[in-house]
Amino acid sequence: MNYNWNWGIFLDQVKGGDETYLDWLATGLGWTVAVSLTAWLMALLLGIAIGTLRTLPSRPLATFGAAWVELFRNLPLLVQMFLWFFVVPELLPKDWGLWVKRDMPAKEFITAAVCLGLFTSSRVAEQVRSGIQSLPRGQMHAALAMGFTLPQAYRHVLLPQALRRVIPPLTSEFMNVFKNSSVAFAIGVMELTFQARQMQEDSEQGIETYVAVTILYFLCAIIANRGMAVIEARSRIPGLIGGSH
Amino acid sequence: MGDFDFSVWQPSLPFIRDGLLFTLRLTLIAMSGGIVLGTLLALARLSPNRWLANAASLYVNTMRSIPLVLVILWFFLVIPYLTGKPVGAETSAMITFTAFEAAFYCEIMRAGIQGIPRGQVAAAQALGLSSTQTMVHVVLPQAVRNMLPVLLTQTIVLFQDTSLVWAIGAKDLLKAADVAGKNYNRPVEMIVLSALIYFAICFSLSIAVRQIQKRGQQ
Repeated sequence: MNYNWNWGIFLDQVKGGDETYLDWLATGLGWTVAVSLTAWLMALLLGIAIGTLRTLPSRPLATFGAAWVELFRNLPLLVQMFLWFFVVPELLPKDWGLWVKRDMPAKEFITAAVCLGLFTSSRVAEQVRSGIQSLPRGQMHAALAMGFTLPQAYRHVLLPQALRRVIPPLTSEFMNVFKNSSVAFAIGVMELTFQARQMQEDSEQGIETYVAVTILYFLCAIIANRGMAVIEARSRIPGLIGGSH
Repeated sequence: MGDFDFSVWQPSLPFIRDGLLFTLRLTLIAMSGGIVLGTLLALARLSPNRWLANAASLYVNTMRSIPLVLVILWFFLVIPYLTGKPVGAETSAMITFTAFEAAFYCEIMRAGIQGIPRGQVAAAQALGLSSTQTMVHVVLPQAVRNMLPVLLTQTIVLFQDTSLVWAIGAKDLLKAADVAGKNYNRPVEMIVLSALIYFAICFSLSIAVRQIQKRGQQ
């Protein structure tokens, strides 16, 4: 089979519209970044909370944390997208469900961001938990002996150290969020993968389309990686190997 | 609350069974192909030949930095140009997952090989084994055993990821549930059924992995 190359395709107008294909890809990149960053913010907040819960002496709270992680880790992301998009509105009281299905603004975006945020929170929680558990026991004991309450010990002693230790594994989770946001195309979020499929069909220049989109995903991964590296460098623990002086 | 009618599960079972069988077949093929190809990639990455090592690293890092959905779409688009004839979504999925998972199994195997004490290699050579024999009979068996929990965890991830073949319309478990949901006009119930099946399989596999891990530590 022969392929007709046309690298100028990006400046062509889409069929039946006055946008160019470049506009489509720019829109796609915008939604990819929006879904990823919203989901990441949610995942960090929830993940730190759930990861902390799992290390607490209280049995019910630790079990709740464990159940949370198992639930979001043992279902494919695409299935979770469908569950949030199609099933959850049916479980709400009738009026709410109707509102979500018909009138909720940016319904696809919100669903995708919430779904990806919860999915990623279970991974962040596992990292935070192992970060807290990697601290010497003496830290907690010393804090309690100084008269800190349990919440104070977490707030001032354990979490500041644990969170800085888990930045390297969280960097790869942050990069994963951008990759995983591609699944949002399945519920109609107009992100990069959605635009790629649309542009391939519309322009019939599949290879050029996918090359461009692959480069854009690469860029997201590199920027995410560098961004986390800056945070890592700023938050190093003085006195440790690899820490600041 | 919406009105649910779970009686639709019963007539849809033949669909679901066929879909699940495809999902399992895809997982097994991608796992075995991926581990073999991944081990070869790991050996290439560790080889003293710089070109070979760089080529393998480039392949692995590229696969690991782009979304799987995009890789699935890429292969589905490109394979027909390479083979000269269109291939079905199912065949395309098997090739894609083997090639994609190889990159992830490669990193696991590389860590496994690097974790073997040097004395093992020295001892094997002192016994007169060639370097291929050392790899096949001494290093790899130990690397696989040490890495078994991680290899299995990656396989659970692979099992979940196979649902993404939905993007090219291959008839896996999720697609079967999707089709049955449309046929019986009960999409919500069918999504719930597929979610329950995925969860049951992944959850029991992850418990099994934890058991193996515990036994390994004793």
